Amino acid sequence: MQHTISVLVENEFGVLARVASLFSGRGFNIDSLSVAPTNEEGLSRMTIVTRGDDNILEQITKQLNKLIDVIKVIDFTDGSAIEREMALIKVSAEDDSRAEVLRIVDIFRAKIIDVTPKSYTIEATGNPLKIDAILELLRPLGLKELVRTGSVAIGRGAKGWTG
Amino acid sequence: MKMNGARIMLECLKKEGVDTVFGYPGGTVINIYDELYSFKEIRHILPRHEQAGVHAADGYARATGRVGVAFATSGPGATNTVTGIATAYMDSIPLVIVTGQVPTALIGNDAFQEADIIGITRSCTKHNFLVRDVKDLATIMKKAFYIARSGRPGPVLVDLPKDVQIAQTEFIYPETIEIRGYKPNLVGHPKQVEKAVDLMLTARKPVIYVGGGVVLGNAAEVLTSLARKLAMPVTTTLMGLGSFPESDPLSLGMLGMHGAYCANMAMTHSDMIIAVGARFDDRVTGKIATFAPHAKIIHIDVDPTSIKKNVRVDLPIVGDVKDVLTKMLRQVDKNREKVAEFKDALAGWHEDIAGWKAKHPISYKQSTTIIKPQFVIQKLRELSDEDAIISTDVGQHQMWTAQFFEFNKPRTLLSSGGLGTMGYGLPAAMGAQVAFPGRQVITICGDGGVQMNIQEMATLVQNRLPVKIVILNNNFLGMVRQWQELFFDKRYSQTCMEMPIDFIKLADAYGAKGFSTSKPADVEKVIMQGFKEPGPVIMEFKIAREEKVLPMVPAGASLNEMVLNA
Repeated sequence: MQHTISVLVENEFGVLARVASLFSGRGFNIDSLSVAPTNEEGLSRMTIVTRGDDNILEQITKQLNKLIDVIKVIDFTDGSAIEREMALIKVSAEDDSRAEVLRIVDIFRAKIIDVTPKSYTIEATGNPLKIDAILELLRPLGLKELVRTGSVAIGRGAKGWTG
Repeated sequence: MKMNGARIMLECLKKEGVDTVFGYPGGTVINIYDELYSFKEIRHILPRHEQAGVHAADGYARATGRVGVAFATSGPGATNTVTGIATAYMDSIPLVIVTGQVPTALIGNDAFQEADIIGITRSCTKHNFLVRDVKDLATIMKKAFYIARSGRPGPVLVDLPKDVQIAQTEFIYPETIEIRGYKPNLVGHPKQVEKAVDLMLTARKPVIYVGGGVVLGNAAEVLTSLARKLAMPVTTTLMGLGSFPESDPLSLGMLGMHGAYCANMAMTHSDMIIAVGARFDDRVTGKIATFAPHAKIIHIDVDPTSIKKNVRVDLPIVGDVKDVLTKMLRQVDKNREKVAEFKDALAGWHEDIAGWKAKHPISYKQSTTIIKPQFVIQKLRELSDEDAIISTDVGQHQMWTAQFFEFNKPRTLLSSGGLGTMGYGLPAAMGAQVAFPGRQVITICGDGGVQMNIQEMATLVQNRLPVKIVILNNNFLGMVRQWQELFFDKRYSQTCMEMPIDFIKLADAYGAKGFSTSKPADVEKVIMQGFKEPGPVIMEFKIAREEKVLPMVPAGASLNEMVLNA
């Protein structure tokens, strides 16, 4: 089962390598990983999408917590977090397909951010499933290039999750 | 007072109570060695290889319980430490390794003798630090020692670029430090302890399964009290040997692949396993699916990742083993009536165990014509001091030592259990002898492993370290040969050490004494001669070449499927 884990880490030299090599060294999967500084000085937050059964997930969170530079780990179980991902999508758009692309972009509340006579570049934001859905519709029209950020997640409700 | 980084590092060691360092000089640590030249508070031992330096620091740490310290230069010096560091990491041994690094401006430029030792050791250290500013050095050293020795101990590497060693700053050693992301949970939860004791007292076939954590956590005494108070049988892993006296009738000896039949049968039939500072390694459990099928498992460990990693656990307690066991003992004392009842109910279990012990004790067939390795180990136990420290290499001799040398005290066996590092024994013994100049230190090796760090003979002689080196010589890489015999149709691929070594001449070349025999009748004489020598000694025993370590659980088989005679 897919899990989204947030990891609050010291913004130290090598911390990304520590986390990444923990996953590779122990044979855990990474579906996506994104990292950037938070509002708190010296802290970064990673969002890792991984998969495994309950035992594996327990090991992943425990092993992450064991890293000295890791301050907190949270495994967002279904529904407890809002997840967003951004994709930049370059798609062929000539003749009749130009209108079709625009319709899809409109339906998904995406944006055209670059345009040429032969292509559109689209910025789409949303739940990863929504990104999957727009890609499915665009793929038959000729996908030229795709960049996804990987998920970021934040817990629902008023309470902030801080170091 | 302003000092340079090299001096600050040494002052930090002093503050941490370090009096011995094992290290090897080189271009990027020359400033450290220059400061060391006039720094009299630290004894520096020069090994002949950096790997041996780290093993020696490791042996020193295991024998004393203190943090072992090693130095190495950048590049090849640093990479040579890796096997030593990984050995310590797998067995949770507290070390601080200081490596030199090329100047910060050159890092990443493939400079002469540059290696990314931080990257290389990331997965075999508990943590590592690259010092980029001399102002951070004292704090980093304090953190390094704190991380190395607290919680589940382990090696920490500090990489110190040459320019940082030269740069000057005020030396202020922090009194305390705060690491947000590192708060080991040392105190066992009282409610969990209570529950554990209640659960434990429902058992009718309990076994206490003890690992290296009890040795590391200095909990041997309280463990022994608890086991005796409840008359519970105790089995230990290789790393746990010495934490419960093997001379005690409650001892089952070692369990696992080459463990005692009674220990493995007890685990298989147990209804309650109390695991203390052990991690259910594959060499211990055999086939996981059939491991201890009837047992409830109580698991006590300071490292939460050890719990439920390999086996299901019914009642976990995270905490320092000494703290948890002490609380359990107190809780047991509150339940006197229940305890009496519990002990009475174990009569049948003790009978079962006595039956297994009698049926297949650890044994071997003695010979009058050829030396049996097990006989040498038994004689060593008989003739050595009660508090002798034994180190081993890895392989058959290691298992024979575990089986036949009765360990009754913690920190008397130094052996690479997790990583299984050949070449560990000799330098580890060296480290222990440095720590305890007055105690008998014996390393038991095979002819294969001893040659992996044989150069340390020079260090022993130079520093007058009277380590007794016992070589069980079968001219084979015996353990692999045994597997080839049993599972590969006797195809002895590259395990025969065709070229016989004259170990007496070799000892002589280093200025040490050497004795050798191939006669069972002379075993005692050679050991006595070796023990009488004031300096380092090699005692070579030419043993039965194809003797096997038995019993044995074949890899992947269940614990109770032991090969007893093959």
